[in-house]
Amino acid sequence: MAVAVDVSRFENVSMAPPDPILGVSEAFKADTDATKLNLGVGAYRTEDLQPYVLKVVNKAEQLMLERGENKEYLPIEGLAAFNKATAELLLGADNPVIKNGQIATVQGLSGTGSLRLGAAFIARYFPGVKVLISSPTWGNHKNILSDVGVPWSEYRYFDPQTVGLDFKGMIEDIKGAPNGSVILLHGCAHNPTGIDPTPEQWEAIADELEEKGHMPFFDVAYQGFASGSLDDDASSVRKFASRGFEMFVAQSYSKNLGLYAERIGAINVILPTADLAARVKSQLKRLARPMYSNPPVHGARIVANVVGDSVLFDEWRAEMQMMAGRIKGVRQKLYEALLSKDKSGKDWSFILKQIGMFSFTGLTKSQSDNMTDKWHVYMTKDGRISLAGLNLAKCDYLADAIIDSYYNVK
Amino acid sequence: MEATSAAAASVFDHLEQAPEDPILGITVAYNKDPHPGKVNLGVGAYRTEEGKPLILNVVRRAEERLLADRSKNKEYLPITGLADFNKRSAMLILGSDSPAIVEKRLVTAQCLSGTGSLRVGAEFLARHYGVKLVFLPTPTWGNHFKVFMNAGLAVKTYRYYDNKTRGLDYEGMLEDIGAAPSGSVILLHACAHNPTGVDPTPQQWEGIRQAIRNRGHLPFFDSAYQGFASGSLDKDAHAVRTFVADGGECFIAQSFAKNLGLYGERVGALSIVTKSSGVATRVESQLKLVIRPMYSNPPIHGASIVALVLGDGDLFSEWTVELKGMADRIISMRHKLYDALRARGTPGDWTHILKQIGMFSFTGLNKEQVQFMTREYRIYMTLDGRISMAGLSLKTVPLLADAIHAAVTGAKA
Repeated sequence: MAVAVDVSRFENVSMAPPDPILGVSEAFKADTDATKLNLGVGAYRTEDLQPYVLKVVNKAEQLMLERGENKEYLPIEGLAAFNKATAELLLGADNPVIKNGQIATVQGLSGTGSLRLGAAFIARYFPGVKVLISSPTWGNHKNILSDVGVPWSEYRYFDPQTVGLDFKGMIEDIKGAPNGSVILLHGCAHNPTGIDPTPEQWEAIADELEEKGHMPFFDVAYQGFASGSLDDDASSVRKFASRGFEMFVAQSYSKNLGLYAERIGAINVILPTADLAARVKSQLKRLARPMYSNPPVHGARIVANVVGDSVLFDEWRAEMQMMAGRIKGVRQKLYEALLSKDKSGKDWSFILKQIGMFSFTGLTKSQSDNMTDKWHVYMTKDGRISLAGLNLAKCDYLADAIIDSYYNVK
Repeated sequence: MEATSAAAASVFDHLEQAPEDPILGITVAYNKDPHPGKVNLGVGAYRTEEGKPLILNVVRRAEERLLADRSKNKEYLPITGLADFNKRSAMLILGSDSPAIVEKRLVTAQCLSGTGSLRVGAEFLARHYGVKLVFLPTPTWGNHFKVFMNAGLAVKTYRYYDNKTRGLDYEGMLEDIGAAPSGSVILLHACAHNPTGVDPTPQQWEGIRQAIRNRGHLPFFDSAYQGFASGSLDKDAHAVRTFVADGGECFIAQSFAKNLGLYGERVGALSIVTKSSGVATRVESQLKLVIRPMYSNPPIHGASIVALVLGDGDLFSEWTVELKGMADRIISMRHKLYDALRARGTPGDWTHILKQIGMFSFTGLNKEQVQFMTREYRIYMTLDGRISMAGLSLKTVPLLADAIHAAVTGAKA
């Protein structure tokens, strides 16, 4: 028998560090302490800290099973009913962009996969163009851009002094970028800070992009989840679309429909003409085919069924409001707990002002480490906590942990 | 590039309309055709005798069980997917007593069906393997080229199909493998070669294995038809298992699209057999870095179905019966088509239809003949002359035979 080579070809492959976000849940699982709290990944939990499958999702899956729909390959661009529904959800069904066919929508693998398609498109068709991402931003944004080979740099965003938006710095950095850059913007509920521009600030940002010929690329992972209203949470995207921008928008249904593991989202490109939209769509397909051929059907059907049935759609809206409401509730309780325990006069109101699933506490890495090591509170090292993983019962405990880490650890 | 408002020129102006995918585009064209008698023999998707897509009984039962299971939720899977699925998929292709499994030298990652498994493996190789060159058989599944090229690997080909014999160009294959730069990645179809249906014999596989190992090449198996070639899951895994048995390293991309009828669920797995558990652990950590910026983690639904079926004795047995049923129906269509062509006196030797293995028949028809058949007989198939036997039924065989007959005899419509 011919002998194979003795040494592995991959002997020199080094051990990669665990993912900074997903790795947190793995560490949490390994912890046996009874007081442990997982505020790592942004996955919604009930007041009992259990994962939550939306009732409308259960109903939709029941319907799908009863209908016995087949499992044929979707087209490369995904389920047509889903693509129509998702574009309409984003822009409003009566939006002229939709009516005129000025949008290319391709079903993608949740937010990540949709961002990846958009980024790969930019790498191929706008070679050399830079993408600007906020400082800080979701950690995986950098990886996506690096892997497709798109140059990127950061624009100032978080102001640690105010624990708010560094609006001046943001505008300066957008101004300073080469004309025709791509600016990655969070549609609502900025991740990790929870800090969103005001409507006036959004207008000013749009003015700046227009001035510089920049292209917006919106990451919309929390539509409906931030305020509880699908329309309100889409206002930034709709504002830019109405101003005639050519733009990319990545959508995810992981959080707002709780479809995390089904990997359902979309990449949208808004263009000036339907002809351009058709061409762009055809080229997006060319990027998807050698990556995974066509997207998974299950999550797409769930979304299409929920959105396509007015009763289910109303129920969805109610469940979304419930989820957003629970998060606002824990923000309030946490704030009150911090206020009652910390008599130094420090302003903790950013907890209330921040929007969405996350709070950027302002804790440093070593302070965050203390949260985990001493208090068994799991969070990402940038100081981000997921309020979706907090319940009213644990607010006191968390407040103690935050105060101890903030004041006693340098 | 400067983006401007709607009235002015678009930064996208330089974009052209891309043509439809050569394989998936057949279905697009078929769907557009209003003609009632049309037949889709393009994409490799199994059809029943009634011409309908099939949901396997075991899949339906698995889905009912999953929906009724209150303990199930939709939380993110780990980056490399559902652990139970990974374990059982590896056992399916390698055998549960495989040295790679026993010695823990294996890493398996759930990926998006065959395509996704190939792509993730290719990306890993482009980053971590010294020889960034892969050899594909001629011909091969059309999408292979772009999968490897988009990942950043150079692509070359090795001789495979012999037009004259309609069989394997074994000598040519060994020559090209021998001439490839040492350490090249060699893509092999584990069974039921797509599009030709021509597989090496066990003796030929042994010769291929030795040639690959002698040159220090890295075999990368594409296993999309396990169970469909012979009707037996273990038999169809034979080639892969002999490579693993020699202690060497290899990559395996598995798909459950066809054998479990889970096409649109996108279920598959990439397995990498290495030399040691230490290497396997490090390789797994690097696979996560490839996957996370591509789609973060894989879809849960299809993998849950597969894990249930593979893990339940009754469901598994029932699956093997359904699988054999599908494979047998395809073989029966081969016979029907062959008989129909003989009955019409269609010129040529059509025994290759009987000899070819798996879902497809490589008819030997050329591009013009194919276009004729589509135009005049509404037979939708790929331009390389490949037809999906899984798309045929007793009703449609006569139409196909008529079409082939007309194309071959040069009859005008």
